[in-house]
Formats: sequence, structure tokens, C-alpha cells
Amino acid sequence: MPTAAPPDLPAAHGAPDPWGAGFVFMLATFVGLMAIQRVSRLLHTPLMSLTNAISAIAVVGALIVAAGPGRPPWITALGLLAVFCSTTNIVSGFLITDRMLKLFRKRDGASP
Amino acid sequence: MNACVQGLYLVAAGLFILSLRWMSDPATARRGVTAGVAAMTLAVVGTLAGLTAGGGTHFAWILAACAAGAAAGYPLAQVPLTAVPQRTALSHAFGGLAAGLVGAAEYGLGFGRGDPAALPSFTVLALVTEVLLGCLTFTGSLLAAAKLQEVRWLPQRPLTWPGQNVLNLGLLALALGLGGALVLSPMAPWGPACFLGLVLLALLFGVLFILPIGGADMPTVISILNAFAGLSAAAMGLALDNRLLVVAGALDGSSGLILSVLMCRAMNRSFTHVLFGAFGRLPPSGGPAPAGSYREDTVDSARQAMLEAGLVVIVPGYGMAVAQAQHRVRELYDLLRRQGVTVKFAIHPVAGRMPGHMNVLLAEAEIPCEDLVELEEINRDLPQADVALVIGANDVVNPAARTDPGSPIFGMPIIDADRARLIYVIKRSRRPGFAGIENPLHFLDKTFMLFGDAKTVVGELARQA
Repeated sequence: MPTAAPPDLPAAHGAPDPWGAGFVFMLATFVGLMAIQRVSRLLHTPLMSLTNAISAIAVVGALIVAAGPGRPPWITALGLLAVFCSTTNIVSGFLITDRMLKLFRKRDGASP
Repeated sequence: MNACVQGLYLVAAGLFILSLRWMSDPATARRGVTAGVAAMTLAVVGTLAGLTAGGGTHFAWILAACAAGAAAGYPLAQVPLTAVPQRTALSHAFGGLAAGLVGAAEYGLGFGRGDPAALPSFTVLALVTEVLLGCLTFTGSLLAAAKLQEVRWLPQRPLTWPGQNVLNLGLLALALGLGGALVLSPMAPWGPACFLGLVLLALLFGVLFILPIGGADMPTVISILNAFAGLSAAAMGLALDNRLLVVAGALDGSSGLILSVLMCRAMNRSFTHVLFGAFGRLPPSGGPAPAGSYREDTVDSARQAMLEAGLVVIVPGYGMAVAQAQHRVRELYDLLRRQGVTVKFAIHPVAGRMPGHMNVLLAEAEIPCEDLVELEEINRDLPQADVALVIGANDVVNPAARTDPGSPIFGMPIIDADRARLIYVIKRSRRPGFAGIENPLHFLDKTFMLFGDAKTVVGELARQA
């Protein structure tokens, strides 16, 4: 049954599919577990900084909330604040990960 | 247009997976960052394109929010590396807050529409999960960051009181009950009040969850909060029916989970043990019964012993990170190397204040990669070591973990510093360590204590005689 999807939701690609999304979640979790399983102990801190930045993907949800037209101002304000928080994480997360990895690389270059 | 957006999302999801894959190997780690940046760019560009085509507004405000976020994020990336744990906790807090805000806005929107089709049960379930995880991650991480920053008004020792677990679990159950009620009847007139109650309880629970946890257990806690921040983003994806959010959030959640399990294993603790108690919950014994008296030595004779050694193993711990002694350690390393002494660093997985922190600190002091040795490997070398120098590490070298079944840390994998021929321990005070556990290593016949601030003592050791 096509619900009365509000025109302002760009994610509205047909009816929501909870089971499909659930399967995606399950598969992505296992892909993540396998991709990181053998992470070098050297990289635990950079890995956490990187995943920090990746979890700031919440910026997508924040943008969708903030940009919706004809909404009460408080909804837009919550969305904008969420955009601010996520952007902070994206910028600081990627930059500091790169900064730490440079230290490791410099060290490798210096050693014979 | 929608096909374009979904196509970009699909590519972004693949790049996020590659990003993590590459990040787990030092040889490809930097490529992992590039892939992550590319994925995030595609995700943002795709979303903005979809919003533009779909009649989105407020773009000037959004640009301003992004600019403010970048302005706040840049200095956060320039902090000294000793402050990386605080920064990480703070950014978990930001992540949790963003998820909580979006969840609240989505519920408000759906409820305001007055149409039950706008809030199907599944969406409400996802929203409740998102807000619960987001809010408790927000306050919990803020508190963790404050503890790591050692702000003055917050006690560093774990705060415990009777009935703590009952109270915490009760609050959590109440929050879950409110969430359940919302899922069953999302459009009830009391819906918004119920939702607000859920938010407040989750915020409170985050504080109570972190209060009983001491500084030495931060590596585990920070990993758990990392997983929570990711899971709240995944729940947001389920609520918004956005697959990219689901994938990226799940990846973050699994990474946090792996790190938590690794940290638990390195401390021989089970997950439930970490979450529900025993953190610093040691019997308040009337002062530890010392197994002997400390034997002290002078810095000069310690330096002499190390200069005459063939192999010196340095065991850095939490105390070295706190004293920020890593550059002095580097000077000592240089001095010994010039005299032909082999120097290795024994890195315990939970040494430092977050997973892998010690490696980053020593890397900053430009100590070569191959001299940072993992626990299992260094334990094979330690019987041949002439000197083990323990700098601000305590529990991770406590032989009671191997020998005393009554010890709270029995079974924890430790660095066998006691197998070296001679042991020097740099310790800040004569009191037992952070966890309050007596360390028999300090009272061995071959152990000598050097009391004082790690930075000062190592600095004196490194001084050319």
C-alpha cells in the first residue's frame, strides 16, 4: 500500500522495506567484523578515529531533517545542530587519523 | 534523480568497507583514509543533490552549520597526541548527540503530521533505539572525556554506591518500557511526553553508566561507546530507510565491538563483568598488607646497569602517558642505543588510555616501529633481558595475575617483567597503583624502585653521565 509519502522526503523510494534494511544491517555487521578482524595493534587508535569520522555519516540524516521545507523552526534547528555535530566529527576524525598515520610512516622511512 | 542518489550511496558504501579493510594493515592505512574521505564526499554530495531536486530549503543555514562544524573540527584535530583519548570521547559525544537530535526531530515530524502511516511501528522502534543509544552515548562520552581530561570537579576514582547496578538496570528497564509503549501506540496523545521521558532517562543513564568506571578501564569503555555511536547511526538509517546509514553505522558498530572484545580479552574480563560492575569494586581492605619493603636505588646506578646491559626492555604504561614522558623516553633510548645496548618496548594491549594509545605516543617520539613489541613476542625475550625498566605501568606487569588465584586480576595476560635479570620500576608514589592492587613485582630481590615523576626520572636517566 503506497503510504501518503510526504513530498519532502528525498529518501522516499517506494514503501519502506524494514526486512530489507535489517538484512543489510546484518550483512554489513559481518563484513565489518571480517574486514577489521586482523587489525594491527599498531593501528587501534587510528582505526577508532577513522570509524569516528565514518559514523558521522549521520550527517546524511541531519541534512534530510534540516533541509525539509515547510517544517516547524525547531525541527530545522535540531537538524542544523546535528549537521554541525556531524561535520565537526567528519573534519576532526579524518584529519587526526591522517596526522597519526603520518607519524607511523615517517618512522618507517627513518628506519633502515 | 533518485537513481543517481542511490547509485552514489552504493559506491560510498563500498568505499567505506574498503576504507576499513585498508585501515587494518599499516601498509595500506593511509589509502583507507582517502577511501573514507571519498565515500563521505559522495554521500554528502548525493544527499545535497537529492535535496536540491526534491525542493529542499535552508541551504544557506546548512552551509553555515557545515562551516561552523569545520571550524570546530579543525582545532580538535590539532590536539597533542596525549589528548587523543579525550578528543575521541568528545567526538563520540558529538556523534551520539547528532543521532539523538535527528531521532527527536523525526519523531516530532511524524507525530505532528497526525497521520499514523507516517510512524509505522518499525520506524518508531528504530527511532527509539536511535534516541536511546544516541543520548546515552552523548552524556556517557562527555563524562568519559571529562574523566580523561582530569577535570578538577570530577573524581578520578570510580564512584560506587550500594544498589548501583539495580538502580542503573531499573532506569534502563524504565526507558525500554517507555520505548515499548511508544512502539505500540506512537500516535497516543501522551506520545511526546513519553518520548521526552525516554530522552531524559537515556541522558541520565549515560552519566550513571560511566560514573563507576575508573581511568584504567577507559580503553574498554571508549571502545563500547564507539560501538554505540555507530549503532545509533545504523538505527537512524533504519528509521529513515536509508541503506547507506545502515551500512556505515553497522561498520562502525562492528569495529567498536571488535576493539571492546580485544580490550576485554587483554584484561581477562568478560563483557558483562565490564558493563555491570567490578570496576574498581575491590574490597575496601584496611590498607594493603605489603609483601615486603621497597628497595630503592639511585638514578646513577640504574643508568650504569642499563648501559652495561645487552638487552633492555622498557615497559611503558598509563603513568608514562599521564606524565607525558615519551620524549624523555626517546632520549634514554638514544643514549642506550649509542652504547650498543639493544632496547625494546613491551606494549601491552591496554597500556595507555585508549586502544593502541601507547603506539601512537611512542611513534610521536619517533621510536622505530620494529622496536615496539607485542606482549606474546616480548615475553619470549624477557628471560634474556638484562634490565626491565617499568615506567608507570602496574597491573600489566603484576605477576600475581599469573600466580595468585585470589588476585582480582588473576588470569590477565601480563608482560613478564619479573623474568628479567634486573628490574627497575619508576613509580610516582609509594601507594599501590590505580586499581589498589598490591604488586609483588615491587618486592622481588632483583627489583629496585625509582620514585618520582616519570618525566623527571627518565630525564635524569637519559642525562649523559
